[in-house]
Amino acid sequence: MSNLQNFTKGFFKENAVFVQLLGMCPTLGVTSTAINGLGMGLATTFVLLMSNVVISLVKNFIPDKVRIPAFIVIIASFVTVVDLVMAGYLPDLHEQLGLFIPLIVVNCIVLGRAEAFASKHAVVSSMLDGLGMGLGFSMALLMLGSLREILGSLSLFGFKFVEADGILLFILPPGAFLALGFLIAFINHLRKTA
Amino acid sequence: MAKKESTLFNMVSSLVVVTLVASAALGYVYELTKGPIEAAKLAKKIRAIDEVVVEYDNNPVDEMYKIPIEGSTDSLEVYPAKKGGILMASAIRTYSPKGYGGNVWLMVGLLPDGSINNIAVLEHKETPGLGTKMNGDDFKNQFLGKNPSTFNMKVEKDGGDVDALSGATITSRAFGQATQLAFDMYMKGGQHE
Repeated sequence: MSNLQNFTKGFFKENAVFVQLLGMCPTLGVTSTAINGLGMGLATTFVLLMSNVVISLVKNFIPDKVRIPAFIVIIASFVTVVDLVMAGYLPDLHEQLGLFIPLIVVNCIVLGRAEAFASKHAVVSSMLDGLGMGLGFSMALLMLGSLREILGSLSLFGFKFVEADGILLFILPPGAFLALGFLIAFINHLRKTA
Repeated sequence: MAKKESTLFNMVSSLVVVTLVASAALGYVYELTKGPIEAAKLAKKIRAIDEVVVEYDNNPVDEMYKIPIEGSTDSLEVYPAKKGGILMASAIRTYSPKGYGGNVWLMVGLLPDGSINNIAVLEHKETPGLGTKMNGDDFKNQFLGKNPSTFNMKVEKDGGDVDALSGATITSRAFGQATQLAFDMYMKGGQHE
Protein backbone atom coordinates (compact mmCIF):
# COMPACT_ATOMS: atom_id res chain seq x y z
CA MET A 1 0.00 0.00 0.00
CA SER A 2 1.40 3.38 -0.94
CA ASN A 3 2.06 6.07 1.62
CA LEU A 4 -0.65 8.23 0.14
CA GLN A 5 -3.16 5.44 0.64
CA ASN A 6 -1.93 4.94 4.21
CA PHE A 7 -2.91 8.52 4.83
CA THR A 8 -6.17 8.77 2.89
CA LYS A 9 -7.74 5.47 3.91
CA GLY A 10 -8.63 6.90 7.32
CA PHE A 11 -11.01 9.45 5.81
CA PHE A 12 -13.33 7.34 3.75
CA LYS A 13 -12.37 3.77 2.95
CA GLU A 14 -11.52 2.74 6.52
CA ASN A 15 -12.96 5.65 8.50
CA ALA A 16 -12.81 4.68 12.16
CA VAL A 17 -16.31 5.92 12.99
CA PHE A 18 -18.35 5.43 9.84
CA VAL A 19 -16.82 2.21 8.53
CA GLN A 20 -15.05 0.42 11.38
CA LEU A 21 -17.50 1.65 14.03
CA LEU A 22 -14.64 2.00 16.54
CA GLY A 23 -14.36 4.60 19.28
CA MET A 24 -18.11 4.89 19.72
CA CYS A 25 -17.84 6.08 23.33
CA PRO A 26 -16.31 9.51 22.65
CA THR A 27 -18.17 9.68 19.33
CA LEU A 28 -21.53 9.53 21.03
CA GLY A 29 -20.51 11.17 24.28
CA VAL A 30 -18.87 14.48 23.37
CA THR A 31 -20.39 15.47 20.04
CA SER A 32 -23.16 17.71 21.40
CA THR A 33 -21.46 20.66 19.68
CA ALA A 34 -19.15 21.01 16.69
CA ILE A 35 -16.30 22.49 18.73
CA ASN A 36 -16.41 19.64 21.26
CA GLY A 37 -16.32 17.08 18.45
CA LEU A 38 -13.40 18.82 16.74
CA GLY A 39 -11.48 19.24 20.02
CA MET A 40 -11.92 15.59 20.92
CA GLY A 41 -10.94 14.54 17.40
CA LEU A 42 -7.75 16.59 17.38
CA ALA A 43 -6.76 15.40 20.87
CA THR A 44 -7.18 11.82 19.68
CA THR A 45 -5.26 12.60 16.48
CA PHE A 46 -2.29 13.81 18.49
CA VAL A 47 -2.31 10.65 20.61
CA LEU A 48 -2.69 8.41 17.55
CA LEU A 49 0.09 10.15 15.65
CA MET A 50 2.57 10.13 18.54
CA SER A 51 1.79 6.61 19.75
CA ASN A 52 1.99 5.21 16.21
CA VAL A 53 5.39 6.85 15.65
CA VAL A 54 6.85 5.76 18.99
CA ILE A 55 5.46 2.24 18.83
CA SER A 56 6.77 1.76 15.33
CA LEU A 57 10.18 3.01 16.50
CA VAL A 58 10.41 0.68 19.49
CA LYS A 59 8.57 -2.33 18.06
CA ASN A 60 11.76 -4.39 17.70
CA PHE A 61 12.83 -3.82 21.30
CA ILE A 62 9.56 -5.01 22.81
CA PRO A 63 9.16 -8.78 23.21
CA ASP A 64 5.86 -10.05 21.80
CA LYS A 65 4.45 -11.29 25.09
CA VAL A 66 4.60 -7.91 26.80
CA ARG A 67 3.77 -5.71 23.80
CA ILE A 68 0.23 -4.80 24.94
CA PRO A 69 1.27 -3.45 28.38
CA ALA A 70 4.14 -1.58 26.74
CA PHE A 71 1.81 -0.07 24.13
CA ILE A 72 -0.69 0.94 26.80
CA VAL A 73 2.02 2.69 28.82
CA ILE A 74 3.11 4.62 25.73
CA ILE A 75 -0.47 5.55 24.79
CA ALA A 76 -1.39 6.50 28.36
CA SER A 77 1.65 8.78 28.55
CA PHE A 78 0.61 10.72 25.47
CA VAL A 79 -2.96 10.94 26.71
CA THR A 80 -1.70 12.40 29.98
CA VAL A 81 0.37 14.90 28.03
CA VAL A 82 -2.75 15.97 26.10
CA ASP A 83 -4.74 16.15 29.34
CA LEU A 84 -2.17 18.37 31.08
CA VAL A 85 -1.58 20.64 28.10
CA MET A 86 -5.30 21.13 27.52
CA ALA A 87 -5.93 21.84 31.22
CA GLY A 88 -3.24 24.51 31.06
CA TYR A 89 -3.92 26.18 27.73
CA LEU A 90 -7.52 25.32 26.75
CA PRO A 91 -9.25 25.17 30.17
CA ASP A 92 -12.76 25.71 28.79
CA LEU A 93 -12.60 22.95 26.22
CA HIS A 94 -10.87 20.71 28.75
CA GLU A 95 -13.76 21.19 31.13
CA GLN A 96 -16.33 20.45 28.43
CA LEU A 97 -14.64 17.21 27.38
CA GLY A 98 -13.99 16.27 31.01
CA LEU A 99 -13.58 12.57 31.58
CA PHE A 100 -13.44 11.78 27.87
CA ILE A 101 -9.84 13.01 27.59
CA PRO A 102 -8.35 10.45 30.01
CA LEU A 103 -10.60 7.87 28.36
CA ILE A 104 -8.67 8.23 25.07
CA VAL A 105 -6.36 5.63 26.66
CA VAL A 106 -8.98 2.95 26.18
CA ASN A 107 -10.15 4.22 22.79
CA CYS A 108 -9.92 1.09 20.67
CA ILE A 109 -8.87 3.10 17.62
CA VAL A 110 -5.56 4.00 19.29
CA LEU A 111 -4.62 0.52 20.50
CA GLY A 112 -6.12 -0.91 17.30
CA ARG A 113 -3.78 1.12 15.08
CA ALA A 114 -0.82 0.33 17.36
CA GLU A 115 -1.48 -3.38 17.21
CA ALA A 116 -2.71 -3.72 13.62
CA PHE A 117 -0.45 -1.21 11.92
CA ALA A 118 2.35 0.50 13.84
CA SER A 119 3.76 -2.70 15.30
CA LYS A 120 4.21 -4.12 11.79
CA HIS A 121 5.16 -1.12 9.66
CA ALA A 122 7.97 1.40 9.30
CA VAL A 123 7.94 4.83 10.95
CA VAL A 124 6.83 6.93 7.99
CA SER A 125 3.90 4.68 7.05
CA SER A 126 2.85 4.48 10.71
CA MET A 127 2.99 8.23 11.06
CA LEU A 128 0.81 8.73 7.98
CA ASP A 129 -1.54 6.00 9.13
CA GLY A 130 -1.95 7.61 12.57
CA LEU A 131 -2.40 11.06 11.11
CA GLY A 132 -4.93 9.89 8.52
CA MET A 133 -6.91 7.80 10.97
CA GLY A 134 -6.91 10.62 13.50
CA LEU A 135 -7.99 13.29 11.03
CA GLY A 136 -10.65 10.94 9.64
CA PHE A 137 -11.90 10.46 13.20
CA SER A 138 -11.86 14.25 13.74
CA MET A 139 -13.78 14.74 10.50
CA ALA A 140 -16.42 12.25 11.60
CA LEU A 141 -16.75 13.86 15.04
CA LEU A 142 -16.92 17.32 13.50
CA MET A 143 -19.68 16.19 11.11
CA LEU A 144 -21.66 14.56 13.89
CA GLY A 145 -21.10 17.49 16.26
CA SER A 146 -22.13 20.03 13.61
CA LEU A 147 -25.25 18.08 12.74
CA ARG A 148 -26.29 17.79 16.37
CA GLU A 149 -25.51 21.41 17.13
CA ILE A 150 -27.41 22.67 14.07
CA LEU A 151 -30.48 20.56 14.81
CA GLY A 152 -30.31 20.76 18.59
CA SER A 153 -29.42 24.39 19.30
CA LEU A 154 -29.75 26.04 15.85
CA SER A 155 -26.15 27.20 16.02
CA LEU A 156 -22.75 26.23 14.68
CA PHE A 157 -19.46 26.69 16.58
CA GLY A 158 -21.46 28.62 19.15
CA PHE A 159 -22.86 31.17 16.67
CA LYS A 160 -26.62 31.11 16.78
CA PHE A 161 -28.24 31.71 13.41
CA VAL A 162 -31.89 31.55 14.49
CA GLU A 163 -33.12 32.91 17.81
CA ALA A 164 -35.21 29.91 18.77
CA ASP A 165 -34.93 26.61 20.56
CA GLY A 166 -33.77 23.66 18.48
CA ILE A 167 -34.81 20.04 18.74
CA LEU A 168 -33.61 19.28 22.24
CA LEU A 169 -33.46 15.55 21.53
CA PHE A 170 -30.37 15.99 19.37
CA ILE A 171 -28.36 17.47 22.25
CA LEU A 172 -29.35 14.61 24.53
CA PRO A 173 -27.69 11.16 24.29
CA PRO A 174 -30.48 9.52 22.23
CA GLY A 175 -29.96 12.20 19.59
CA ALA A 176 -26.34 11.09 19.29
CA PHE A 177 -27.46 7.60 18.30
CA LEU A 178 -30.05 8.94 15.86
CA ALA A 179 -27.69 11.41 14.22
CA LEU A 180 -24.91 8.83 13.98
CA GLY A 181 -27.32 6.29 12.47
CA PHE A 182 -28.45 8.68 9.76
CA LEU A 183 -24.87 9.77 9.03
CA ILE A 184 -23.72 6.15 8.66
CA ALA A 185 -26.67 5.39 6.40
CA PHE A 186 -25.77 8.38 4.27
CA ILE A 187 -22.08 7.40 4.09
CA ASN A 188 -23.03 3.82 3.22
CA HIS A 189 -25.22 5.11 0.44
CA LEU A 190 -22.29 7.16 -0.89
CA ARG A 191 -19.99 4.13 -0.67
CA LYS A 192 -22.40 1.96 -2.59
CA THR A 193 -22.93 4.43 -5.40
CA ALA A 194 -19.31 5.64 -5.58
CA MET B 1 16.78 -6.14 13.19
CA ALA B 2 15.18 -9.27 14.61
CA LYS B 3 12.48 -9.03 17.21
CA LYS B 4 13.53 -9.66 20.80
CA GLU B 5 12.79 -13.08 22.25
CA SER B 6 10.16 -13.23 25.00
CA THR B 7 12.56 -14.33 27.71
CA LEU B 8 11.90 -13.25 31.27
CA PHE B 9 14.88 -10.91 31.29
CA ASN B 10 13.90 -9.30 27.99
CA MET B 11 10.29 -8.80 29.09
CA VAL B 12 11.18 -7.31 32.46
CA SER B 13 13.94 -5.09 31.13
CA SER B 14 11.91 -3.73 28.20
CA LEU B 15 8.95 -2.90 30.43
CA VAL B 16 11.23 -1.24 32.97
CA VAL B 17 12.78 0.90 30.25
CA VAL B 18 9.40 1.82 28.74
CA THR B 19 7.87 2.81 32.09
CA LEU B 20 11.01 4.70 33.17
CA VAL B 21 11.13 6.76 30.00
CA ALA B 22 7.37 7.37 30.12
CA SER B 23 7.39 8.55 33.75
CA ALA B 24 10.41 10.78 33.19
CA ALA B 25 8.72 12.39 30.19
CA LEU B 26 5.46 12.85 32.10
CA GLY B 27 7.26 14.39 35.06
CA TYR B 28 8.84 16.89 32.69
CA VAL B 29 5.51 17.78 31.03
CA TYR B 30 3.88 18.05 34.45
CA GLU B 31 6.48 20.59 35.58
CA LEU B 32 6.05 22.46 32.32
CA THR B 33 2.25 22.72 32.53
CA LYS B 34 1.98 23.21 36.30
CA GLY B 35 2.17 27.00 36.02
CA PRO B 36 -0.36 27.41 33.18
CA ILE B 37 -2.83 25.02 34.86
CA GLU B 38 -2.68 26.99 38.12
CA ALA B 39 -3.06 30.24 36.18
CA ALA B 40 -6.04 28.89 34.24
CA LYS B 41 -7.77 27.77 37.44
CA LEU B 42 -7.14 31.12 39.09
CA ALA B 43 -8.35 33.04 36.02
CA LYS B 44 -11.55 31.02 36.05
CA LYS B 45 -12.12 31.75 39.73
CA ILE B 46 -11.49 35.46 39.26
CA ARG B 47 -13.83 35.53 36.26
CA ALA B 48 -16.59 34.03 38.38
CA ILE B 49 -15.90 36.47 41.22
CA ASP B 50 -15.93 39.42 38.82
CA GLU B 51 -19.26 38.29 37.50
CA VAL B 52 -21.03 38.21 40.87
CA VAL B 53 -19.64 41.12 42.89
CA VAL B 54 -19.62 44.86 42.36
CA GLU B 55 -16.54 46.96 41.59
CA TYR B 56 -13.58 46.31 43.88
CA ASP B 57 -9.90 47.25 44.17
CA ASN B 58 -8.51 44.61 46.55
CA ASN B 59 -7.48 41.05 45.79
CA PRO B 60 -10.43 38.83 46.84
CA VAL B 61 -8.46 35.63 46.25
CA ASP B 62 -5.75 36.66 48.73
CA GLU B 63 -8.31 37.69 51.35
CA MET B 64 -10.32 34.50 51.03
CA TYR B 65 -11.60 33.07 54.31
CA LYS B 66 -13.64 29.99 55.11
CA ILE B 67 -16.92 29.52 56.94
CA PRO B 68 -17.49 26.02 58.29
CA ILE B 69 -20.83 24.48 57.31
CA GLU B 70 -22.88 23.49 60.31
CA GLY B 71 -23.32 19.77 60.75
CA SER B 72 -20.63 18.97 58.21
CA THR B 73 -16.86 18.93 58.01
CA ASP B 74 -16.89 21.00 54.80
CA SER B 75 -16.59 24.74 54.63
CA LEU B 76 -17.51 27.44 52.15
CA GLU B 77 -14.91 29.72 50.60
CA VAL B 78 -15.73 33.42 50.81
CA TYR B 79 -13.99 36.02 48.63
CA PRO B 80 -14.54 39.51 50.00
CA ALA B 81 -14.53 42.30 47.39
CA LYS B 82 -13.52 45.63 48.92
CA LYS B 83 -13.16 49.12 47.58
CA GLY B 84 -11.04 51.57 49.55
CA GLY B 85 -11.05 49.06 52.42
CA ILE B 86 -14.85 48.98 52.62
CA LEU B 87 -16.60 45.66 51.98
CA MET B 88 -18.72 46.00 48.83
CA ALA B 89 -19.83 42.40 48.36
CA SER B 90 -18.70 38.85 49.02
CA ALA B 91 -18.45 36.05 46.50
CA ILE B 92 -19.25 32.72 48.14
CA ARG B 93 -18.38 29.42 46.55
CA THR B 94 -21.28 27.19 47.49
CA TYR B 95 -22.83 23.94 46.37
CA SER B 96 -25.80 21.66 46.66
CA PRO B 97 -25.41 17.89 46.53
CA LYS B 98 -29.00 17.53 45.30
CA GLY B 99 -28.55 18.31 41.61
CA TYR B 100 -29.88 15.95 38.97
CA GLY B 101 -26.33 14.84 38.17
CA GLY B 102 -24.58 15.27 41.51
CA ASN B 103 -23.11 18.43 42.99
CA VAL B 104 -24.06 21.82 41.61
CA TRP B 105 -21.38 24.43 42.38
CA LEU B 106 -22.29 28.11 42.33
CA MET B 107 -20.52 31.37 43.02
CA VAL B 108 -23.03 33.54 44.84
CA GLY B 109 -22.35 37.25 45.23
CA LEU B 110 -23.96 38.69 48.36
CA LEU B 111 -24.03 42.32 49.42
CA PRO B 112 -23.05 42.94 53.07
CA ASP B 113 -26.73 42.84 54.13
CA GLY B 114 -27.13 39.41 52.52
CA SER B 115 -29.11 40.35 49.44
CA ILE B 116 -28.14 38.66 46.20
CA ASN B 117 -26.05 40.66 43.76
CA ASN B 118 -25.49 37.99 41.13
CA ILE B 119 -24.98 34.24 40.78
CA ALA B 120 -22.59 32.35 38.51
CA VAL B 121 -22.69 28.64 37.80
CA LEU B 122 -19.28 27.03 38.31
CA GLU B 123 -19.60 23.28 37.89
CA HIS B 124 -22.46 20.89 37.37
CA LYS B 125 -23.50 17.76 35.49
CA GLU B 126 -27.14 18.69 34.84
CA THR B 127 -29.07 17.66 31.73
CA PRO B 128 -27.97 19.67 28.67
CA GLY B 129 -30.81 21.82 27.38
CA LEU B 130 -32.90 21.46 30.55
CA GLY B 131 -30.92 21.86 33.76
CA THR B 132 -28.16 23.82 32.02
CA LYS B 133 -30.63 26.65 31.49
CA MET B 134 -30.06 27.61 35.13
CA ASN B 135 -27.12 29.55 33.70
CA GLY B 136 -29.48 31.58 31.52
CA ASP B 137 -30.60 35.10 32.40
CA ASP B 138 -34.30 34.19 32.33
CA PHE B 139 -33.88 31.97 35.34
CA LYS B 140 -31.13 33.83 37.17
CA ASN B 141 -32.70 37.28 36.99
CA GLN B 142 -35.48 36.35 39.40
CA PHE B 143 -32.87 36.09 42.18
CA LEU B 144 -31.05 39.36 41.57
CA GLY B 145 -31.53 41.99 44.23
CA LYS B 146 -33.59 39.60 46.38
CA ASN B 147 -32.79 38.94 49.99
CA PRO B 148 -33.22 35.26 50.96
CA SER B 149 -34.60 36.34 54.35
CA THR B 150 -37.72 37.65 52.58
CA PHE B 151 -37.54 35.76 49.27
CA ASN B 152 -38.26 32.05 49.79
CA MET B 153 -35.56 30.16 47.88
CA LYS B 154 -37.71 27.06 47.48
CA VAL B 155 -39.42 26.38 44.15
CA GLU B 156 -43.12 27.27 43.84
CA LYS B 157 -44.04 23.59 43.91
CA ASP B 158 -42.54 23.36 47.43
CA GLY B 159 -44.25 26.54 48.58
CA GLY B 160 -41.41 28.93 47.74
CA ASP B 161 -41.00 31.94 45.44
CA VAL B 162 -38.72 30.45 42.81
CA ASP B 163 -40.18 29.98 39.35
CA ALA B 164 -38.58 26.61 38.48
CA LEU B 165 -37.12 25.79 35.08
CA SER B 166 -39.59 23.71 33.11
CA GLY B 167 -38.40 20.13 33.01
CA ALA B 168 -35.69 20.80 35.57
CA THR B 169 -37.37 21.17 38.95
CA ILE B 170 -34.60 19.22 40.65
CA THR B 171 -31.93 21.50 39.22
CA SER B 172 -33.92 24.59 40.24
CA ARG B 173 -34.29 23.17 43.74
CA ALA B 174 -30.54 22.53 43.99
CA PHE B 175 -29.83 26.04 42.71
CA GLY B 176 -32.05 27.58 45.38
CA GLN B 177 -30.67 25.31 48.06
CA ALA B 178 -27.06 26.17 47.26
CA THR B 179 -27.87 29.88 47.31
CA GLN B 180 -29.73 29.48 50.59
CA LEU B 181 -26.73 27.70 52.10
CA ALA B 182 -24.44 30.53 51.03
CA PHE B 183 -26.83 33.06 52.58
CA ASP B 184 -27.30 31.17 55.85
CA MET B 185 -23.60 30.57 56.41
CA TYR B 186 -22.70 34.09 55.40
CA MET B 187 -25.21 35.62 57.84
CA LYS B 188 -23.87 33.38 60.59
CA GLY B 189 -20.12 33.44 60.07
CA GLY B 190 -19.27 35.96 57.38
CA GLN B 191 -17.71 39.40 57.57
CA HIS B 192 -20.28 42.12 57.03
CA GLU B 193 -18.08 45.18 56.92
